[in-house]
Amino acid sequence: MSRKISIDPITRLEGHGKIEIFLDDDGAVEDCYFQIPELRGFERFVVGRPIEELPRLVTRICGVCPASHHMASAKAVDGCFGGEVAPLAVKLRRMYYNAHYIHSHIAHFYALAAPDFVLGPDADPAIRNVLGVVAKVGLEIGGAVIASRSKAQEIQRIIGGRSTQDIWCIPGGVAKGLKLEELLEIRPMVADLLEFTQFSLQLFRDIVLANPTYLDVIANGPYTLDVHNMGLVDGNNAPDFYDGQVRVVDFEGKELHRYEAGDYAEYVAEHVEPWTYLKFPYLKQRGWKGFKEGIDTSIYCATPLARLNVADRMATPRAQEAFEEMFATLGAHPSRLLLAQHWARLVEMVQNAETLQMYCDDPEIIGDQFRVIPQRVTGEGIGIVEAMRGTLTHHYTCDANAICTSANLIVGTTNNNAPIQMVTRKVAETLIEPGTDPDQGILNMIEMAFRAFDPCYSCATHSMPGQMPLRVRVRRGGEVTHEFRRGC
Amino acid sequence: MTFEPKIVGFLCNWCSYSGADLAGTSRIHYAPNIRVIRVMCSARIDPTFVIKALADGADGVLVCGCHPGDCHYSEGNYKTMRRMPLLKRMLADFGIEEERVRLEWVSASEGKRFADIVDDMTERLRELGPSPVKMALAGDAGER
Amino acid sequence: MASDKLQIALYWAAACGGCDVAVLDTDEFILDVAAAADIRLWPIAVDGKYADIEAMEDGELDLTIFNGAVRNSENEHLAKLLRAKSKLLVAFGSCAHLGGIPGLANLTSRDEILSTAYLHNPTIERGNKTLPLPESGVNGSTLTIPGFYKHVYKLDDIVPVDYYVPGCPPAADQVKAVLQAVVAGDLPAVGSVVGASDRALCEDCARVKSEKRIKHFYRPWQIMIDPEACLLEQGILCAGPATRSGCGARCPSSGIPCRGCYGPLPGVVDQGAKLLSAVVSVIDSTDPAEIERIVDGLPDFVGFAYRFGMPASLLQRSVRQ
Repeated sequence: MSRKISIDPITRLEGHGKIEIFLDDDGAVEDCYFQIPELRGFERFVVGRPIEELPRLVTRICGVCPASHHMASAKAVDGCFGGEVAPLAVKLRRMYYNAHYIHSHIAHFYALAAPDFVLGPDADPAIRNVLGVVAKVGLEIGGAVIASRSKAQEIQRIIGGRSTQDIWCIPGGVAKGLKLEELLEIRPMVADLLEFTQFSLQLFRDIVLANPTYLDVIANGPYTLDVHNMGLVDGNNAPDFYDGQVRVVDFEGKELHRYEAGDYAEYVAEHVEPWTYLKFPYLKQRGWKGFKEGIDTSIYCATPLARLNVADRMATPRAQEAFEEMFATLGAHPSRLLLAQHWARLVEMVQNAETLQMYCDDPEIIGDQFRVIPQRVTGEGIGIVEAMRGTLTHHYTCDANAICTSANLIVGTTNNNAPIQMVTRKVAETLIEPGTDPDQGILNMIEMAFRAFDPCYSCATHSMPGQMPLRVRVRRGGEVTHEFRRGC
Repeated sequence: MTFEPKIVGFLCNWCSYSGADLAGTSRIHYAPNIRVIRVMCSARIDPTFVIKALADGADGVLVCGCHPGDCHYSEGNYKTMRRMPLLKRMLADFGIEEERVRLEWVSASEGKRFADIVDDMTERLRELGPSPVKMALAGDAGER
Repeated sequence: MASDKLQIALYWAAACGGCDVAVLDTDEFILDVAAAADIRLWPIAVDGKYADIEAMEDGELDLTIFNGAVRNSENEHLAKLLRAKSKLLVAFGSCAHLGGIPGLANLTSRDEILSTAYLHNPTIERGNKTLPLPESGVNGSTLTIPGFYKHVYKLDDIVPVDYYVPGCPPAADQVKAVLQAVVAGDLPAVGSVVGASDRALCEDCARVKSEKRIKHFYRPWQIMIDPEACLLEQGILCAGPATRSGCGARCPSSGIPCRGCYGPLPGVVDQGAKLLSAVVSVIDSTDPAEIERIVDGLPDFVGFAYRFGMPASLLQRSVRQ
């Protein structure tokens, strides 16, 4: 007689998710489903809207990473007008996006990831969250985290008017430029942020790398997948968060694909299952083969780790040092160790801060030619950026009056739907001993599987600090025989 | 049973209401489908009133004012003239056919004209059928 | 639970997370909140599950801050559950207040949304006919997901609401003010909009306003925009005249026209109708043909007029058959 373990809902994800684990007669994991119960229908209801409005509509897909949608959308919209953008606008957009990356990664690392490592994966659920982290590391560090996040948001606000629900990009450029007095405000904050990225790396070294238990979980735990990697790179194969070519590399390091944004539909397709609203992207040319690992799989990850896996190097010097240190420690590049996502975010923060500093030193950044007036409507545009959570694609068409006629979105976390499904199952299978009832510690370890991806399920979902309150009901023959609660 | 359209009519006091009155005193027969609401000027007609009438199930809305240049308040009917085209387009975007909302200028001496307008509009609405708002409201009943 | 702290919950329905981020953007203040209150449910930040809420007494929560629209059966269930368990229920942000941007889905249909997302979009697996279903059988087991409703609703379409905090998202300083008011017990009449002013955005917008005489409306990308002058005066559609202020005029001061996220002014039952009046009132013409030509420059007016408040409008959704 089989039984089912329901983890419902998974809280602290943006939106909702649930996990259903089915056990066979011996109590071993037979099936596991990671379900997303959300859909709002942006791909349909943006149709009929003036195309220049889309960058302000799609920010409402996600209030945590709206800048990612804003940028991808702006690029797709520019494409609908023939692709001409003021060069200064491109620099300013990159600068803005660097700032956004920094505060987003700070929020994720310190509020989501840190609790598991600062307080421990087995820590009391009541404190295993950002408030507990602040209590443990002290107000000085806690204050520095809050202040750094705030500075990065302020930089974004100074450049583009708002730090959330972005408004700034318009066809051909951006709505406002940067004045000298604004640049002078930004410059010292950028210097502070660069310091903070180094501080964060050091914190990671001190708390995670110096702790053999954590290193063991990262390196030897079941949090690995033999699937492929996707990310945007520049001409030097360094990560480019705003633009570039999409590069797909298998888990042994071989390049499988390299393409321009315009060709994305030849390389990526989406599979649908009836038990979840979220689609499953896969490598189109290999066909959907199911939730399988292995060199022939068509499943890929698009994550901070994937971005560093497809890169040969970073674009800036101190980030490069951090990159080399990371992969030397992990022992392989590409790395399949999914918990290294957390480290990858810190490395990315360094490149974002160094690039920000470079723009601060660019004398042209305070110019006034920050937009051009589009001369023609060409009717189609595809914009790809790296959202913090993965490769983000916006593909639009519009009519001759520049009214949207179609929209196709492949969102950061969506890319990772299948990997998350697979690693959750793998961890459940590994940690749930047949014939035993899983305890609270096991439940948290299952959560850590998807948490590493920083899933954004309002893009899909999003999650903040450590503890997932979980209730696990064990049923035999339809009756609840045991119930475990953790944090609820 | 033939469908009998319900028309809500907003008539301005000075010209169009008098014109409608004249149709009455002249014993001119016209379709009884209109429910008249008198306002001092057609400019009083906030788009909200038109939308509300339709949302409450009216099959059509008629707005009447003085001929351009003859407004008792000089410029009121120009405001109305500026409002109605965009309102009709917006209602079409909601799925409400443009013909369900009509703007007409009727002077105090145009009793026959008023009657003809109502007859014409009633016939047109009969052809169009009941307002889609009513169908949508019916469709709302039951499961979300 | 014996605690003399305030018992509060923050919940998201069909939401983007921006309202929860807005609460977190109060920075250090959130630590004060954590000190003064037991946060029993806040999916983005701390512990608390549905079972925890279900187990509560009615009215055990002093305050629930609810953001997001009602799009599916789970959203409705949680709205009703939290209403029962809370003394005060606040509709927080445009989606809970007015329906929000997800409300634009009311101009299309459930079938169109599902078929676009799962059947017709260009990257959908070739030949796919599968749609997500509220109930599906896989390998002998039954899996369920919430039912996707035909329309989007705002919170007070489902349950009575005590206060409304407008904005997409509400400005961080307004968030603080509201939380402080609750803590101090210093609240206005039930049903009020809080955290916003009673004036139109134009009153707080720094742009210079003079006479508005428009012969031509422009899409924002068609012209170079004067950074000082009123946007509507330049022929750029701006929702400021019919939108509540309180946001700090963040958008117009950055060169981008307002789109109405703080919702209608007091006493207004349909924000789009008022916006329409405001926009046409600046048309400089008394010639019907010319007026038609001028409004040709306003495509998708419905999407502009009801950008954040389609479910709150009189018609609520498209009635196209």
